[in-house]
This record gives sequence, C-alpha cells and structure tokens, in this order.
Amino acid sequence: MEPMKIELVKPSELPEAAKRLSAEGTHPLTAMFGRDERRDENVKGLSIYCVFENTGTHEMEALKAVFKEGVPYRFPTLTYVLPAAAWYEREIQDMFGIVPEGHPDPRPLVLHESFPEGFHPLLKDVAKNTEARGERRYDIHVAHGEGLFEVPVGPIHAGIIEPGHFRFSQAGEAMLQLDAKLFYTHRGLEKIMEGKTPFEALPIVERICGACSIANTWSFCQAVEQIAKTKIPRRAEIIRTLLSELERVTNHVGDLGNIPGGVGFNPAISLGGRTKEMLMRLQEAVAGNRFLRGIIVPGGVSMDITPELRAKIREVLAAAKKNIEDLSEMFADQSNFRNRVRTTGIVRKSTAADLAMVGVGARASGFLHDSRRDFSYGVYPELPFEPALEKDGDVAARIKIRIKEFHVSLRMIEKLLTLLDEEQEMTLSVELPSVKGEGFGISESARGSNFHYVALDGEGRIDRIFVRSASYANWPALPIAVQGDIIPDFPLINKSFELCYACIDR
Amino acid sequence: MLKMFERLFSDKIATEPVTFTGSERYRGRIEGKCPAEALSDCAKACPVQAFQAKGDGEYTIDYRRCIFCGRCVEAAMKTAAEEAGLHHSSEDVMPVLMENARQITSEIIKEKLGRSLHVRHLDAGSCNACDFEMGAMSNPVYDLHRFGVHFDASPRHADLLMVTGVVTRNLEEALRKSYEAMPEPKLVLACGACAAGGNTYGESYAVVGAADKVVPVDLYVPGCPPRPSAMIAALLAAADMLSERL
Repeated sequence: MEPMKIELVKPSELPEAAKRLSAEGTHPLTAMFGRDERRDENVKGLSIYCVFENTGTHEMEALKAVFKEGVPYRFPTLTYVLPAAAWYEREIQDMFGIVPEGHPDPRPLVLHESFPEGFHPLLKDVAKNTEARGERRYDIHVAHGEGLFEVPVGPIHAGIIEPGHFRFSQAGEAMLQLDAKLFYTHRGLEKIMEGKTPFEALPIVERICGACSIANTWSFCQAVEQIAKTKIPRRAEIIRTLLSELERVTNHVGDLGNIPGGVGFNPAISLGGRTKEMLMRLQEAVAGNRFLRGIIVPGGVSMDITPELRAKIREVLAAAKKNIEDLSEMFADQSNFRNRVRTTGIVRKSTAADLAMVGVGARASGFLHDSRRDFSYGVYPELPFEPALEKDGDVAARIKIRIKEFHVSLRMIEKLLTLLDEEQEMTLSVELPSVKGEGFGISESARGSNFHYVALDGEGRIDRIFVRSASYANWPALPIAVQGDIIPDFPLINKSFELCYACIDR
Repeated sequence: MLKMFERLFSDKIATEPVTFTGSERYRGRIEGKCPAEALSDCAKACPVQAFQAKGDGEYTIDYRRCIFCGRCVEAAMKTAAEEAGLHHSSEDVMPVLMENARQITSEIIKEKLGRSLHVRHLDAGSCNACDFEMGAMSNPVYDLHRFGVHFDASPRHADLLMVTGVVTRNLEEALRKSYEAMPEPKLVLACGACAAGGNTYGESYAVVGAADKVVPVDLYVPGCPPRPSAMIAALLAAADMLSERL
C-alpha cells in the first residue's frame, strides 16, 4: 500500500479543496481528525487532516490544514459540501477545540454533560488522567407538532447490547425522527495510547472492540509497518488474511443469528447461535482467545496455523456452511419473516454515497465499497474475490449480502489454507525498526473498512493515533433508514446494521 | 415451514455440560515456577500490573486485572529460556466471591443447581466482547435458562446487576441509578477484567475505573473476556449468595 499523499492548505481553503479532492463526491471521505503538533518545530500548531479515498488510483489523498499559534481555531465547515464530515467535525471540536463554523449541528459528540465546557482532552497540555468535571449542555433533538410524542430509550437497553440513547419522535407508530446520542463507552483510548510504543499499545488496540479485534489490530500494524518501511513475511500475510476472513465469517454468522431476534424468530436464533458457538471455539483453538486476541503483532503474527489447526478449520467451516444453508432456507421459507424484512429500513444509494458509507451497509444499497478490492493488502490479490452487491438497501438486502459474503469468505479461506499448505517459509514475524513518521492502515472488517492513522515520534512512541471503524462511517445512516418505519421495526433495522458502539466510542 | 421442522427434528440436543477447560492454546490460569531472575521482567511486561513479584522468589497474579495476554509467559521465556516453567494452563480461573474471599470450584457449582436468579446487564464501557459472551450464554449450547437464570429488561426486576466494561465518565450515572433502582436484597457481579480490575486500558480523563469504584461489588469474574462457562459459574454462585441473604 502506498503512503498517504498529503497536500497542505489554509484552514479557510478547506471546503474548496475538499470539494476538489472528493471529485464531486465520487472519492469518499475516509476520515477527518485533528492533531496537536504545537511541540513539533516543523509544524508549531494544531492541524486537521481530511483523508479521501481516490477510487481511481486506489490511493489515500489527504488535506492538511495547520492552525499556527495565535490564529483563531476556526474553519468553515465541510458538512454542506460533504455530509459525511458532520461527525468528524463535531469530534474535532470536542477533542481539540477547533470550531467548524456554520456547522448545522454543533452539539457535543463525544464528551457528555459531566465534562466542563472548554475541556479538550487531545491537546498535549492536558494530562491523560485529568479529572475534569463540569456541566455542559447536550440537547436532544425532538420533533414538535400536534399529536407527536417522544419515546426515550437507553442508554441502558432491555437486551444485552451496548449503550446508546435513542430519542424517537413518533407520529403514532411511525418513527418521524430519531436522534441518537452515542459515545457512552468513550474510554479515551486514543489519548491513553499516546506515549506508548506500538508493542505496548497492542493489547489496547485489540480491546478497542471485541467483534473487530482482528480488523483493528491489522489496520494498526499496517500503519506501524508502513512507517517502519518493513515488509512482513509472506506466511504472516497469509495468516492475517485468514484471520480476517475467519472474523468476518464469525461476525456474519452471529449477525444472521441475531437479526431474527428482531422479530422473535426463535428456530433461526437458535441455529445461528449454535453455529456461532462452533466458530468461537474454533477461534479459541486458533488464537487461544475466543475473540482472536494475541495473534497479530507488529511485524507479523505470533502463532502459526499448524496442519492440525488447518484440518480443524476445514472441518468446522464445512459444518457451519451446512447450518447457514439451512438458515437461509428458513429465512426464504417463512413468508411472515420475509414480510418483515423487505422494504424495512431502506438506505438509498445516493444516501450511502453522501454519507460515505462502507461495508455491508453500503453494498446492500448498491454502493460498492470494499477495501479488500480497493486496496492491495494481505494476500487478497491472489484470492477469488466476488464483491456482493444488492440494490434494495433494506433489511432483506443486508441479510442477503451477509449470506453471499459468508460463502465468498469460505472460498477465500479454502484458498488461504491451500496457500498455507504450500508455503515453505516458516518465519512468522520480523523485528521493526523504531522510526519517526506517520502512516495509515486499512482493512475490511465484517462491518466495513477500518482505518487507522498512526504518527510515531523520534523515540518510536505514539504521538497520535486515530481510529475510524466501519461503524463510525455507517452510524449516521441508521437515523435515516428508520424514518417512516414503525417503532417495533427499530430493533430489526438496528440489528441488520449491527454497528459496534465500542469501535466508534473508543 | 416443513423444512424448518425437518431441521429442528434432525438436530440432536446441542446443550452441553458446563466445563472449565479450553482448547490447547487457550490462555487460562497462569501456572508453573518462574525463575527468580525473570520475576521482575514478568512484572514489567504485564500491561495491567496484575503480575506481582514477591520477595521470596514467588509471584502472585491479581486475576481481577489479568487480561490473559501471555506477556508474562513470553517475558519468562525470554529471560530464562528452558528454565521457565511459567505457562498458561487451559483451565478457566474461577470467579471470586467477596463474602469470604474464596474461589469457587466447579464441584461447588454442581451442587448449586435449582436456584433462580434474575439478572440485569449493564455495559458500563465495555469493548463488547463480554457482552457477546453474555449473549452466548443464552444459545442452545450453554442454555442458561436450564439453571433458572433469566435476563430482565429493567433493573427494577433484577436480583443481580451484571456489569461489563470499565466504568466510563459517560456511563457513571447510569450505573449508579441502575443500582439504586434495584430492589433489596441485590447483588453486583463485575464481569471481566475491565469491570473487575479496571486497569485494562490504564487511567484516562474518560474512565472512572472498576465497577467497585461506583457500586459495591459481590462477585468478580476474571477473564478478557471470561468464557460463558465462567460466567455461568459466577451466576450460580450468586444465586446461592442471594438465597443466604433472603
């Protein structure tokens, strides 16, 4: 993967430059984040990065605007040009105090009511463990009108799920508007990792999110290896690719068993649940941890996938395949299930493009975005890759995408196991030199592209890390998808996206 | 419809007895001798300060904090090579009861069947791994319902609050209020290294710490995340603790 191309612009020029680099919205905004470089002699200021994915050259192109000391920390908002920028700008405002002027929704995003105004934790002069208490406002958006009413839900939900607050504005049963207050599980992980070496930060990266442990770790290691200009052994590349596909299979199976939970379709929940358990046990057999923690390390992998394990993978996946075929038939067989999932929770292609959606969410809406195709990493170029694409954008389409991708992943794993059988070189990892620099990593998690930006200082310690998971890109689509549907369909629609909170909250 | 019944009847019973042994590579309880010269390296390698070297050449592990990452074992290997007997066994670490500070054993668990317990889950800032494993307890393989344990939608109906994740500033109030909303007698279970030990990520402006910094905790379940079987062991022990309080 080529390093990111960075173009310096003035803060006031950001909207124009962003419009140009996004090529009228055809090159999606991958990420936008701030960085405090006031202590760096060459920069001496706060900076903002806007990263775009050039879909023509398959490279990352970034704009960088620097706010020198004394210059007001303000820039004209990009949200009107690029709706996908809305959340990133709110986050930059919270974390660095840089104000996106004219932002349509300038509320806080990450720091809730218990934090004081003017507290910006990612500034370097704020200590990691600062205990800042105060009372800031966080207004929830509600629709007003005759006969309209509100339904508040969360942050503690009825089921075993992650925390978020939803405020539904209802016109009878129909959801007119949904405002989601998220970032409840914000742990300040990016700040915590500053000052640590990549090796020290690794256990934290693995624990950003349980479900996307491999995706996060792989993106992170790619970034670190890009900075070190080091190529990892081929065997490690094959194993990483295999782990990534295994994680996708497990997540897709988990989701396929969870979605029927949104309509109380118990036989399907059971079959999905027991199939996922087979896969979780397989993951434990491979990595010693049911969430595949502890196997990817900077420079390669820490454990081999032995011939015995390869045989086990083949055996378990064959059984899982049979179960998912039966599950698909159960879905197709049940007319009442089909009725619930069709035309429910629609995201249109134009919405997907405007919000720069990724992964399953994007592909179910006819918007083809898949990092395994768009970037050459791991051994993906050698694998039989067939992107799954649906056009309806509803719950049914998101189910179909997962079923298709489950089978594609199985074929990929088959090929990967053969590659491992044939690979003679046994080296699993290489030592990384400690170098100053910045780099990025990208991998396709089960939910979509997962982007990490890492900057290391002169001692090889993390100066800045920014993590943009797939869920971050797709969350803003959920409130749009639910509009007009009835509130009992919300759990179903929500499960069909299956977005992680831990990943976005960090 | 027929297809579905065909599948349902062709399946054998999936539910299994609860076991506390993992696969060969599973990083469970830390065992074995650690050469004295490696002790300080092991302690230094531990990212969560769970590994403590004692003066007499022995070591202790605070399993409430341990994230089972294997770094102490790696460090021992590096310093002492073949001399190092330190290793992860494939056995789960059993939950810790606060009342008498003992570790429960699988034998005790087997005697505890036949109680009932209502549980409210609270994600206080978890990475969702513990939450997924809690969900897995309801799958046909673990079938938690067979032990009379149920998940409730509201803390007002619950006997036990099962906390996952390190308590974040944004969820501190939700945790406190949920606890206050529960009827007496009530129990709190801190599930996993974050809720139990609070040191998984270290200190931050956004983190309060372990669950017991905010509410009184009765049981701790080690693991990152604990496997569903260890969670079941803790819930059954809790059912017994509850009947003692009633």
